[in-house]
Amino acid sequence: MSRRVVGPFNRVEGDVEVQLDIVDGVVREAWVVSLLYRGFEQILRGKPPADALVYTPRICGICSVSQSIAAATALASCQGVKMPPNGELATNLILANENVTDHLTHFYLFFMPDFAREIYAADPWYPQISQRFRALSGTASQQVFPVRAQFLHLMGVLAGKWPHSLAIQPGGTTRAIGVKERMQIAGILYSFRQFLESTLFGDQLENILAIDSSTALQSWAGQFSWQHSDFCRFLHVADALNLEALGQTDNIFMSNGAYPIEGKPLLASGVWRRGDLSPLNPAAIREDVSHSWMAQRNQALHPYDGLTVPDADAADGYSWGKAPRLDSQVVEVGALARQVVAADPLAQDLVRQSGSNVRNRVIGRLLEIARVVVAMESWLGGLQQGKPFCNQAPNVSEASGCGLVEAARGSLGHWIKIEKGRIQNYQIIAPTTWNFSPRDAQNVPGALEQALVGAPVRVGEKDPVSVQHIVRSFDPCMVCTVH
Amino acid sequence: MNKPSSTKRNLLWLQSGGCGGCSQSLFCAEAPDLLVSLAAANIQLLWHPSLSEASGGDFLNLLEQIKAGEIRLDILCLEGSVVRGPNGSGRFHMMANSPLPMMAWIKALALQAEHVVAVGTCAAYGGITAAGSNPSDACGLQYEGAEGGGLLGEDFKGGSGFPVVNIAGCPAHPNWITETLMVLANDQSDDMAVDGFGRPSSYADHLVHHGCPRNEYYEYKASAEKPSDLGCLMEHLGCVGTQAHGDCNIRLWNGEGSCLRGGYACINCTAAEFEAPCHPFMETPKIAGIPIGLPTDMPKAWFVALASLAKAATPTRLKENATSDHIQVPPVQPRKRP
Repeated sequence: MSRRVVGPFNRVEGDVEVQLDIVDGVVREAWVVSLLYRGFEQILRGKPPADALVYTPRICGICSVSQSIAAATALASCQGVKMPPNGELATNLILANENVTDHLTHFYLFFMPDFAREIYAADPWYPQISQRFRALSGTASQQVFPVRAQFLHLMGVLAGKWPHSLAIQPGGTTRAIGVKERMQIAGILYSFRQFLESTLFGDQLENILAIDSSTALQSWAGQFSWQHSDFCRFLHVADALNLEALGQTDNIFMSNGAYPIEGKPLLASGVWRRGDLSPLNPAAIREDVSHSWMAQRNQALHPYDGLTVPDADAADGYSWGKAPRLDSQVVEVGALARQVVAADPLAQDLVRQSGSNVRNRVIGRLLEIARVVVAMESWLGGLQQGKPFCNQAPNVSEASGCGLVEAARGSLGHWIKIEKGRIQNYQIIAPTTWNFSPRDAQNVPGALEQALVGAPVRVGEKDPVSVQHIVRSFDPCMVCTVH
Repeated sequence: MNKPSSTKRNLLWLQSGGCGGCSQSLFCAEAPDLLVSLAAANIQLLWHPSLSEASGGDFLNLLEQIKAGEIRLDILCLEGSVVRGPNGSGRFHMMANSPLPMMAWIKALALQAEHVVAVGTCAAYGGITAAGSNPSDACGLQYEGAEGGGLLGEDFKGGSGFPVVNIAGCPAHPNWITETLMVLANDQSDDMAVDGFGRPSSYADHLVHHGCPRNEYYEYKASAEKPSDLGCLMEHLGCVGTQAHGDCNIRLWNGEGSCLRGGYACINCTAAEFEAPCHPFMETPKIAGIPIGLPTDMPKAWFVALASLAKAATPTRLKENATSDHIQVPPVQPRKRP
């Protein structure tokens, strides 16, 4: 048995290292190390509460809007302010723009290029796949950069710029748009839909959304050649490499719920425990630091009371990440979790058939692209000319509140305590804090640490390709993880 | 801009104490897009954390080869601040699978580079990562906040003889980055003018105020009072666009955007120490009702005098529209002469 250190990983946001015990060509145990500590929770202490809207988006350049909305929602819950309908719709459009862009970036730029690696050179699909998805030079990246940039014009219209906008405030959004801007966004969405239908899916979004089971997915793909679209290409490779068997977790999924319309989310919140759906109780969240480089020991605290005191020499510590648990359980978050919890029939059936794995995580993301883009079209249609986008929020000097949202890669929570008009405590649990958590006090490994167990390692492989697929299947964001 | 350089220029991009947002911004480059921009500059990407295939051992081998001078490094870009804590150890950011902290790698590689580029305010001066108590002891490549120094020291110069070029901004605009890389890759040293903080003059010699669509409101001091109002954001809502260096309202963001166009204050994100404004970001500090942060190159008495005159002359149209979220009073059509 040997301890293998794998990293640095690229094509993930931020830095991560994985340590593996490998026995007979199979990973027996894994440890995930989050490498960068910046200390946002320390930075925020003592600041004016509204300044969180400037600092927290800058935790992450790829989840910037999600951080912004979590902060605005946490502040709004302190101030007791609600967004007017236009503000809510505009916020949904801005968040959806970021989340869908992130899914697109993940698929084309981060995840698929691994199948162009030399290690697959002998596989029958390799010539076509490597030509399409090779990092930087593949035909896909040449196509995707302009498509992505144009889709993000929605940010230019609604949010001023991306990343790091201040357009989302507790009471709504700062840019009240009119006819001109609505027509601009309609054009942006139409053009993006064209790309999805012609290139990513090779079918109308409505037909993708009508796929309601694993069998239906098989027969949908069966209509076409495997090179019909990028989704078909992925399904073909996933089949050939049996990605369904790779990267299993415990199949407990959590979602904060996303895209509220008059308070009711398009994607419901909840927890799925191996087939049972129940409401999410955020009061049951604790952050354990028994294996983190943190000074406070053996105390799993709710984020309202959370502490962040880094200590690079902490005994048993092996990561800057903390270990969040829900009812003392490890949960997986992300697009697949979100779709399963929101009762999408295909996502639920995939998970019933084969659980959470590399293939299903990617399908969950692509499926969500279709679902959310269709919703964006309807939100745009719901904006009312001349009606307000933003309500004014009062200053408060003593309050506490939380903001629970869904970033592309999963559940994001901000918890704030305000005392004497200043931030007394601010705690953040990001999606990859959940997914890439270290062990807890009971020595239970986090979701990725579980998913890596059983990964095959080929003879002579230094950076096992199976590990690359598993790590990237979560679309990790390491800068959010530790923050 | 002349023909692309005849030899390919090697570029290495590293990230440390930041958010990755400057890369995300860079990927929004348009007309031409990122890949075409790099090709046009004849730049070969040795490695970028979000874009390259190589990871793990292949990447570390590449760094070793550059460090040993076996692969030429024309341009080193750092995104994110240099993280020195705790206690100068750099352990707040270790390079994966390496006994060395990231700051040691950055220094070793910078010593091999012809040009060193700080992408974003963090890499330039410390930025947001250095805010508050600066828990990670973050600094810039050649600055510590507004003071010279940082990781490489005030006297550092790359192999080309240039100090670090600071493409400050939080994030940097995609075309500030592609433009600077094109200039550097083509050895157009005359084009590489920088201001007193090492920022490319091509964008830093403008003020964010230039081209601001709220300028008419500014002229008449017709001010917004709450978020989403159309009026000028300087008097009440914290905007420092009249002092901030950047061409954000000339060279727009994500198509047609900018902070002001998005309806919120310019917070001077291209400046050293913007992360510590000494007042809430979105509130204008005032003394006796007069904003304390006035345009830097205008005598205060004149500003106050002009402002009170302008306020007295404000047309109803601007007064009404300034505190509304859409135009209430349109401009009047001039009457035709009979």
